[in-house]
Amino acid sequence: MPAVSETIDAVASVTQGTYKYGFETEIDMEFAPKGLNEDIVRFISAKKNEPAWLLEWRLKAFALWKTMEEPRWPAVSYPPIDYQDAYYYAAPKKKVGPKSLDEVDPELLRTYEKLGIPLKEQAILAGVEGAGEVPAEGGEARMPVAVDAVFDSVSVATSYKERLAKEGIIFCSISEAVQEHPELVRQYLGSVVPQGDNFFAALNSAVFTDGSFVYIPKGVRCPMELSTYFRINAKSTGQFERTLIIAEAGSHVSYLEGCTAPMRDENQLHAAVVELVAMDDATIKYSTVQNWYPGDAEGRGGIYNFVTKRGACRGARSKISWTQVETGSSITWKYPSCILQGDDSVGEFYSVAITNNRQQADTGTKMFHIGRNTRSTIISKGISAGHGQNTYRGLVKISPKASGARNFTQCDSLLIGDQCGAHTVPYIENRCMTAKVEHEATTSRIAEDQLFYCRQRGLSEEDAVGLIVNGFCREVLKELPMEFAVEAQKLLQISLEGSVG
Amino acid sequence: MNAPVENSLSEAGLSAAGAAGFLHRYEGLRARLPGIGLPWLAALRDRAAEAFRAQGFPTRRVEAWKYTDLAPLTQTGFGEPLTPVESALPLPRHAAPKRVVFVDGRFSAELSDADVPVRSLARHLPELEGRLGALARTDDLPLVALNTALFEDGALIELGPDEDGGVVELLSVTRADRPVTAHPRHLVRLAEGARLVLIERSWGHGESRYLHSPVFEVEVAAGAHITHARIQQEASAGLHLSTVFARVAEGGTYDSFLLHVGAKLSRSEAHVALVGPKAAAHLNGAQLLGDGQHGDCTTFLDHAAPDCPSRQTVKTVLAGRSRGVFQGKIHVHQVAQRTDGYQMNQALLLSDQAEIDSKPQLEIYADDVKCSHGATVGELDENQLFYLRARGIPAAVARSMLIEAFLQEAIEGVTEESARAALSEAVAGWWERNAA
Repeated sequence: MPAVSETIDAVASVTQGTYKYGFETEIDMEFAPKGLNEDIVRFISAKKNEPAWLLEWRLKAFALWKTMEEPRWPAVSYPPIDYQDAYYYAAPKKKVGPKSLDEVDPELLRTYEKLGIPLKEQAILAGVEGAGEVPAEGGEARMPVAVDAVFDSVSVATSYKERLAKEGIIFCSISEAVQEHPELVRQYLGSVVPQGDNFFAALNSAVFTDGSFVYIPKGVRCPMELSTYFRINAKSTGQFERTLIIAEAGSHVSYLEGCTAPMRDENQLHAAVVELVAMDDATIKYSTVQNWYPGDAEGRGGIYNFVTKRGACRGARSKISWTQVETGSSITWKYPSCILQGDDSVGEFYSVAITNNRQQADTGTKMFHIGRNTRSTIISKGISAGHGQNTYRGLVKISPKASGARNFTQCDSLLIGDQCGAHTVPYIENRCMTAKVEHEATTSRIAEDQLFYCRQRGLSEEDAVGLIVNGFCREVLKELPMEFAVEAQKLLQISLEGSVG
Repeated sequence: MNAPVENSLSEAGLSAAGAAGFLHRYEGLRARLPGIGLPWLAALRDRAAEAFRAQGFPTRRVEAWKYTDLAPLTQTGFGEPLTPVESALPLPRHAAPKRVVFVDGRFSAELSDADVPVRSLARHLPELEGRLGALARTDDLPLVALNTALFEDGALIELGPDEDGGVVELLSVTRADRPVTAHPRHLVRLAEGARLVLIERSWGHGESRYLHSPVFEVEVAAGAHITHARIQQEASAGLHLSTVFARVAEGGTYDSFLLHVGAKLSRSEAHVALVGPKAAAHLNGAQLLGDGQHGDCTTFLDHAAPDCPSRQTVKTVLAGRSRGVFQGKIHVHQVAQRTDGYQMNQALLLSDQAEIDSKPQLEIYADDVKCSHGATVGELDENQLFYLRARGIPAAVARSMLIEAFLQEAIEGVTEESARAALSEAVAGWWERNAA
């Protein structure tokens, strides 16, 4: 792929060394023709060998999408996207059933290595048979992590599958789930985010190529953290992930989603949909560290991250908790939400969003209180540096029947430098007399005395800012699973490099 | 996002139909409107009418009107007010020793006191070129455009350097024996160091639906200070849509308090710009709404200079089937370093059919700022109720005490005694009517 290496060279000469994950893997790819029309939708569906109902479902989404307009209300600006000028399907050419590491595309393995996926289980990740049964050395020291790695559009490997299968847990790519558990997919797909929900969700519904599927049976506590690493790799491919997590009554699952993308000088579209369903007494914890390529210092390149994430607390006493650390993407448009239908259900949203250089983020959450005594907590920390624009946009809506509902919201913004912006747009709609909603927001810069205190003790200005920012985000970071928290702290620091001094 | 298309069409259709009546009226009235012989004013009115034609009445698809539906306005056929028969008009008690009265948007010399520093705008239009319309934007605010096209009169208050205008009551009365509209235009200009306490009341008579849609332009020069107490006590079928523009220069203060107690539908919009260092703004308010009422307090505060403080506390109490709206935006420009902004919005729901919609908003482009906002919505504090009941106070009395305290707390910040007394009386009157 000479064109690709040219791009790398061109970009590398401009921005060498500033983005740790800016590499591109050269492996054979299989593309659908450029552009978007009904035939492409049919092509994707056929490629994935999908049942007729799913094709119909996609076509309906595509028909809806054609009638919709791209949302213009977010506080972000970008040149118009030509939806016909992108590939909607790209898959690594599959080598059937690798029997050992040698058979796995070495480029692929190197990619994961550079990503620092917490896997000395590289062999397991690549799907080498038998590798998963060997317990990791000193295995007690660390909770095992099951990874469903998504390489561009197709999930290439799934580890710990057998261990999970013993508990009756299904953790696989959504294409696999369509083949093997069609009844579950059919029942829940689109039940939280319907095809016509919004412009990008409709687009995703029409052309989604892969993503993760999780099913936790009744009463099961998932014995390990489930994790997906997303990568956007091929040039000009949009990535349309579709993730569906179902937690049956009394079950518990923690899901990690991590994102890194290679450097590229062309804006790329990422329009994912994540749906969560929690039944009675079930708990879903969904954590994200998003580190897509943010573009260079002048705002060239970078990922457009237009994501619809929503969870439904269908059962009584169910709980859905979103934690996100958003450091990447040139544009982020994302509102992980909770529909609190079950009585006494709980929704949580913990977010850190950083915008540096020319990054723009418009992110927040929506909490719909429908059931009685439903509770929600929103903690949002926005950090703006360089020319970054950071908006918190959130909705707390209490229906007349949600008696005793409670919400607490706190949005804090930190400004570093005088060229950036921090905005807060909370909406509160309450139709219930006995509900209580509290909202607090503050905006400030790093206090001189805090900086002085750190500097006086010998910290460099950059380290001091890093320390203060980590303290500012502590409430959110402590919600992350251990390994993620460490990575996230590092990311915060990397993201703010060059913003002070 | 992406609501069905037919909906917006029908809403837009209604809005256009409602707007057409007003435009027709402008064409019919134009030749008789005051100051139409002045080329600059004729041009201003024509431009405004065109702006209104282009925009129509706002629908709920417009973000700033998300929570307030103007259907009651667009569905009513309004007429022009008749020439006043003033002697028969019962008026509320004076809120200040000196008062000027406007009836249906026109100055009434007969009902007004003498020696008040207020003149009739209509009689001084030739002097006002470049001043009238200096602050009021019409290109994105259709109601202001409509007012600019149709205003017949209003209060003109101009104070010289260090002049103290004392306490003045501005009473606007609308006679609602038939569906009429009034669009008074008020212009207040305070020179350096001038002071004024303006108690502005909107009052209505009669059962019919009517529209009172005043626009204020308030210019506060360096070091000047104005207290603007606004009491909206329209008749129960009235529609009140008011807009205030204020521009505050270095060290000046615009201190306002808005009280909504009357009208079926009311919306008061304030656009305040702090354009000189250390200019200050207080945009406080309270909305007391009973069954069938809709109240909307919307403010835009522009911090366009360094070292400016702003304070805002708005409280809403909702009884019966009522709906309260608060939208408050603070915009801090990049030059506005060391801004100190505070915004608080509280609502109390006394009925299970009431609804509150609240949208506090910060938009900040300067880094050395201290800005915060808070919002609380809910019922009375259980602990406070328990405290009172533990001391032998019956539940109903305890509730009543707490609500009254909540209301009185809202107006505590008004430092001008006469203004506070007038507000307090209006609050007490509402509570008497709604305590049951």
